[in-house]
Amino acid sequence: MTRPHDMGGRFGDGPVVPEPQGIPAYTADWHPKALALTVAAGALGKWNIDTSRHARELLAPKDYARFAYYEKWIAALADLLVTKDLVSTDELKAGTAPAGGGAKITAASMAAALSRGGPASRPSDVSPTFAIGDTVRTLRPAANRLVNGGHTRLPAYAAGATGRILLYHGTHVLPDSNAHGLGEAPEPLYTVVFPAAELWAAPEHPNDEVTLDLWQSYLEPA
Amino acid sequence: MPHDHHDHDHPHTLLPPDPALRVKALETILTRKGLIDPTALDEIIDTYENRIGPQNGALVVARAWSNDTFRAALLKDATAVMQDLGFYGRQGEHIVVVENTDAVHNMVVCTLCSCYPWPLLGIPPGWYKSDAYRSRAVREPRAVLADFGVTLPDETAVRVWDSTAEIRYLVLPQRPKGTESLDEQALQKLVTRDSMIGTGLALVPTV
Repeated sequence: MTRPHDMGGRFGDGPVVPEPQGIPAYTADWHPKALALTVAAGALGKWNIDTSRHARELLAPKDYARFAYYEKWIAALADLLVTKDLVSTDELKAGTAPAGGGAKITAASMAAALSRGGPASRPSDVSPTFAIGDTVRTLRPAANRLVNGGHTRLPAYAAGATGRILLYHGTHVLPDSNAHGLGEAPEPLYTVVFPAAELWAAPEHPNDEVTLDLWQSYLEPA
Repeated sequence: MPHDHHDHDHPHTLLPPDPALRVKALETILTRKGLIDPTALDEIIDTYENRIGPQNGALVVARAWSNDTFRAALLKDATAVMQDLGFYGRQGEHIVVVENTDAVHNMVVCTLCSCYPWPLLGIPPGWYKSDAYRSRAVREPRAVLADFGVTLPDETAVRVWDSTAEIRYLVLPQRPKGTESLDEQALQKLVTRDSMIGTGLALVPTV
């Protein structure tokens, strides 16, 4: 049921290599442009953040593993631009396009979009059924229930696990629906805390915990 | 149930394999078509290279260390505080600040992608986006901390926050001992980026 992005708990990835503090330096000349193109194209409003995350998740597992971080971004961006009819496959092949009208995203509109952000909270008819401190269990398997193989934010390592409601965040857009153009379907969002021993065969310390932000439809009473 | 029909639809393979050439092609197409003005790209690059970075988070932490009223407001509703400070924006629409104590050390990860509080810390460092951090932080946070040279006492529990929704977490590190006489500006210099992700501790001032 999993896709290659869902790697929490995986073995074999080696050490984490720290970097100098401060603003990170780009490690290739094309990285800043890859970042900027992705963010600017997002501001065109043809897709939402859940669609763009899912586009990266749809990369073939072998590509996801070998691509550098921003390579995933630009591959997914090219796929989205074609899927959403902003760019044709002929234009991609040619690497250029006929000159078009005035620029839609300008420096000023981009600066405004960065400051404005895109909050995910929405009013909803769905009432919270859990209270802080309630014991809950996550669904198993971790999978989108609306679209087979679709986007979800319940990681496989936390499927079927029992935890406790720690925080309530109000009602938020449901990625499982929103990523697929099925509507925002806002519902209650909680932070749920799990003992490490609930998730791992050999937890490092008996008191350690992991929290996840989970939508109400990912949870059942336990 | 409908099936995900985009699975075999990968137009990006029509681009040249070299990522630098892919970026050049997309830039040419999007700017020529009039969808994106080149100055919009410069605006984004300049914002995260020169204006938004961990200095924003460091200001918040140093103020919380210096001012109990501010600290209480921050822990209660960080998003409102960020709006007041002008630190609201893309990837920082819903902020929660979690406080380190002798009992609990907090550490933030995004196992599914690379969610990160951009208006407070800027763009994430390479290690935060790496497979190694994403896979290991939830399962063996203490071994990951060791990669950063950090060892926690046995009495301190580790709580790892996996950022699976649009809530973005900032760690409020413990104020180092021996800093009672320092003002907010001096304290800011002790707050590293990693200490606000939870893979580091705040610096101890050099005498």
